[in-house]
Amino acid sequence: MTFTAPVLSYSLLSPMLFLLAGALIGVLVEAFVSKAARPAVQLTVTLGALLLALMQLWQIRGEQSLTAAMGSVVFDGPAALLQASILIIAMISVFLIADGEHFAALPAALPGSEEERQAIQSGNQITEVYPLTLFAVAGMLLFPVANDLITLFVALEMLSLPLYLMAGLSRRRRLASQEAALKYFLLGAFSSAFFLFGAAYLYGFSGSISFSGIRQGIVGGGGNDVLLLIGIAFLSIGLLFKVGAVPFHAWSPDVYQGAPTPVTAFMAAATKIAAFGAMLRIYYTVFANAQWSWTPVLSGIAIVTMLLGSLVAITQRDVKRMLAYSSIAHAGFLLSGVIALNKAGLDATIFYLFAYGIATVGAFAVVTLVRDSSGEVTDLNRWRGLGKRSPFAATSFALFLLAFAGIPLTSGFIGKFSIFSAAYESGAKGVVLAGVLSSAIAAFFYIRVIVLMFFTDATEDGTSVEIPSILTRATVVIAAVITVALGVYPAPLLNFITDLAIFIR
Amino acid sequence: MDASNYLYISALLFTIGAVGVVVRRNAIVVFMCIELMLNAANLSFVTFSRINGDLNGQVMAFFTMVVAACEVVVGLAIIVTIYRSRRSASVDDASLLKR
Repeated sequence: MTFTAPVLSYSLLSPMLFLLAGALIGVLVEAFVSKAARPAVQLTVTLGALLLALMQLWQIRGEQSLTAAMGSVVFDGPAALLQASILIIAMISVFLIADGEHFAALPAALPGSEEERQAIQSGNQITEVYPLTLFAVAGMLLFPVANDLITLFVALEMLSLPLYLMAGLSRRRRLASQEAALKYFLLGAFSSAFFLFGAAYLYGFSGSISFSGIRQGIVGGGGNDVLLLIGIAFLSIGLLFKVGAVPFHAWSPDVYQGAPTPVTAFMAAATKIAAFGAMLRIYYTVFANAQWSWTPVLSGIAIVTMLLGSLVAITQRDVKRMLAYSSIAHAGFLLSGVIALNKAGLDATIFYLFAYGIATVGAFAVVTLVRDSSGEVTDLNRWRGLGKRSPFAATSFALFLLAFAGIPLTSGFIGKFSIFSAAYESGAKGVVLAGVLSSAIAAFFYIRVIVLMFFTDATEDGTSVEIPSILTRATVVIAAVITVALGVYPAPLLNFITDLAIFIR
Repeated sequence: MDASNYLYISALLFTIGAVGVVVRRNAIVVFMCIELMLNAANLSFVTFSRINGDLNGQVMAFFTMVVAACEVVVGLAIIVTIYRSRRSASVDDASLLKR
């Protein structure tokens, strides 16, 4: 018996390998570097790994051999674009993670215990978040490029497990943070069980775990359609959970609110890109020929998601919860790009994901700035008159809200316009109608927050806006510049996406 | 014996697990029900592997076991932390995060 060594094509895998190497170095740093030096060293290692990965991605974007690791990983135009978006967003989120005291000094200590007090006094900082972030980013890079069910499942868990832990590390309101971690974990594991069960039935239907094999099974017909339908349904539940679509959205407001704000920013933006990236690949290539079975259901889910997200967001009094419901609504808008199932829909979804992710990180970065003596202030009523206290924070937050609302001259307008026109082209008129309607509803509550910040008088209750440090300022400014630039002059990026975004099957 | 019987068992186990997650209140029991669901999926994989005469399904089952083990580590860490600070592992007691 001969043993054939697998061909891995390391150059195509190298962005992920750099991140994993960085994460492992980070684990070693925890063990061997002195406490005082750790935060700086960890930040350098993390940013270095992200930057190297991004540069490597640029190098290999036109590479010829398109599948790596014996066909388990595929590297095509959409993959490169999605991976680059994830890396850029991870980078500006790491600025937030590095800044200020967002994380518990000693997460293992009981909240309010003597042990915790001592850890805070000694200036302890938990630097394990950096390697956890890198592991999660590596999983997110793998998720949209996975080309068989094993890789897809492993990548899903790889991106989720570190995030479950990171959600529970908040410095203030630790009980709420732990609760967020518990809910995220239990519901996430529940949904991945559905995902796995669906994968089993797709395997049973086609006799193959590779995407191309499953696609051939669907194209060829003759298989057992019951197995196929169960497989598509259960796999979709797992994916829809990750993007937070109704009715699988219940976790997201709680987790967004309870998790430390920098983690919320990272999770909200980067997980969405990774999960929608995987969805695009699966629905556009694998399930494309079984369109009759999933388009009606997915259209219904998209409509309900958009409307419910926008309507419930109106009633929210907490800014992080409001952003969570707005992200649910955006998941619905993005789903209409998946339903479109044409080239325009693919381009629009990728553009929208990037624009939305950047604006989300920017918005949460502003949330970290508004504080009182006991930590962040997320109650919207206490954001009254923010424009007078800090024009910088209020103006940039207003800009991100306008981008969410899709007002012209922001990236959100271009994103919404292209995604809805793609859906309209493909004949999903109901979805477009619901989308436009819920955009109008959403604009109402975004603009209400802007009015609250600029045109009402401040109440004196100890709320203050922290002077942003250089890192947070960098995040907000970068996000704002990209948001405006993509709104005013989107053509170069749109053309770039259109040229590059072609799935290979 | 007809291999499809194992599929029925697997579907039954999966349903028991899913109902357990929804009905039970103790976080540890909920978590055990999720593990049951993962193992039900594993049983399906192995059965389909047998039916299709293809080994990939069995490989997938191994990967699932490894992933499930990692999930236990993370999950129990979270549940133990929350138990230590609340003296309760009930998922109903953890309800700070509501409007």
